[in-house]
Amino acid sequence: MNAAISLENLTVSYRRHPALHHVNGAFERGSLTAVVGPNGAGKSTLLKSMLGLVRCNDGRVLTHVDARRIAYLPQQAEIDRSFPISVLDCVLLGYWQAKGNWGGIDAAMCARARQALAAVGLDGFSGRPVASLSVGQFQRVLFARILLQDAEVILLDEPFNAIDSRTTGDLLRIISAWHAERRTVIAVLHDHDQVRRAFPQTLLLARHVVAWGQTAEVMCEENLQRARAMAEAVDEQAGVCEVSEADVLALSQPHEHVHAHLPAHEHAQVGKGGLQ
Amino acid sequence: MSLLSLMHQLAVEPFQEFSFMRRALVAAFALALGSAPLGVLLTLRRMSLFGEALSHAVLPGVAVGFIFFGLSLPALSIGGFAAGVLVVAVAGWISRHTELKEDASLAAIYVVALALGVILISRHGTQLDLLHILFGNVLGVDSEGLVLIAGVASASVLGIAALYRGLLLESFDPSYMAVGGGRSGGAIYQQVFLMLVVMNLVASFQTLGTLMAVGLMMLPAVSARLWHDSLPAQLCNSVVQAALAGYAGLLVSYYASVPSGPVIIVCAGVLYVLSLLFAPRGWLPRLLRRPHLQA
Repeated sequence: MNAAISLENLTVSYRRHPALHHVNGAFERGSLTAVVGPNGAGKSTLLKSMLGLVRCNDGRVLTHVDARRIAYLPQQAEIDRSFPISVLDCVLLGYWQAKGNWGGIDAAMCARARQALAAVGLDGFSGRPVASLSVGQFQRVLFARILLQDAEVILLDEPFNAIDSRTTGDLLRIISAWHAERRTVIAVLHDHDQVRRAFPQTLLLARHVVAWGQTAEVMCEENLQRARAMAEAVDEQAGVCEVSEADVLALSQPHEHVHAHLPAHEHAQVGKGGLQ
Repeated sequence: MSLLSLMHQLAVEPFQEFSFMRRALVAAFALALGSAPLGVLLTLRRMSLFGEALSHAVLPGVAVGFIFFGLSLPALSIGGFAAGVLVVAVAGWISRHTELKEDASLAAIYVVALALGVILISRHGTQLDLLHILFGNVLGVDSEGLVLIAGVASASVLGIAALYRGLLLESFDPSYMAVGGGRSGGAIYQQVFLMLVVMNLVASFQTLGTLMAVGLMMLPAVSARLWHDSLPAQLCNSVVQAALAGYAGLLVSYYASVPSGPVIIVCAGVLYVLSLLFAPRGWLPRLLRRPHLQA
């Protein structure tokens, strides 16, 4: 398999409690994957660890593409929308990776930025300050910025939060177009019907991988129930995890068996109820 | 006497007559040009109180400069600058590698630095009040101090111009920058920016006094944000307001025989109140019940 990003026994923990636990597998180049799971399942942490924004405690993230060609749409809360910047300038920041601090922005680039704004349904907004936009409109501006980035791998963290259904349709069409252009797209989503309709691959997370593969197989009732059963509160009495990296790597050949890469209750020294 | 010549007499002649007034005016203009734009960027990063904290943090560096070289402006400046940069760098490192946010780590470090400064001074056994050295007076600016301030202002303007896009992006959306240019990419812009702030503050503490240094950096910046929606306009507005406050403050202090630094800050405060009341993002436009549009 030609992987864009592969995860080898990835564990990320906050105050020693794992948010991602022995995650193993790979996102194929050109694949379109939905990441699904309950709150606290480690979905955002997964994206951030792939970007190097959080430190991996164990294991590795291997990116097989140029780091500058990875685009990321974070969750809403992380940007100050009162910042004095126009919509057009905000979209043009999509050229940062290509042009950096010094590179010139020419008329053709501005024209492309306007096209991108039109594509997300914000025609005629270019001169407005970002502060005047609604939450959903601002999210679409960030989508337009990604359109300019020409990224090989695109990570979207709950991209359709606060977006109306018509625009969600438009944005899903843009995502399909990316897929058709053989870009790798990974999106954290909550709407299961949407995932079934528009995303060929799904990764179901509940700190560990519950299932990863074809959406139809992953999103079966049995798997979803197992994901829902994840205890959201951390177990304060949990002992030290003693699963070795070799075991994990030996156990999993991703995409061959969809179920249970690492049933958490099988490994030693975990408190009652385990990590599921 | 015509009105024009009266105005000339009131508003221009004090500067024609006295060289200390001329030097003070140039110093105030240079400070306006250099530090007001930095103040705008500081408020955008929600670090409005940074200058105040830093004015205490540079004390140990100034003390070391004084112990080794005595009362020399370059030595005190370099010492203060080194201490400021060290504090900023340590605070930045702490915020990147622990759970503390930058303002919290800075708050912790600057009091330690202040305490160290006081210990250094008392160990040296001098009766001289270093805070007095540190906090100068705008009417006492000599040519050496003027060159220092002008140099720092030039460096700030050039630095902001050269790194404008990076500084803007690092304030607006640091995580986007971190994804694109690797983790260190954003940190470089942040560090250069904070170094410019330290340079400005240290240079103007000694020549103009801490009140004026911090006040002229932050007050016009806060007012300017009420007037415009775009960053370039806010930056220009802050410079104009700071320069205006400097000019008016010097005149008032000349005629009323009161210390010039505080008067300049009060003038900036008056501009702030006017902005609060009348600026488009201020209080009065909200009060005016203008009829709403159709769409």
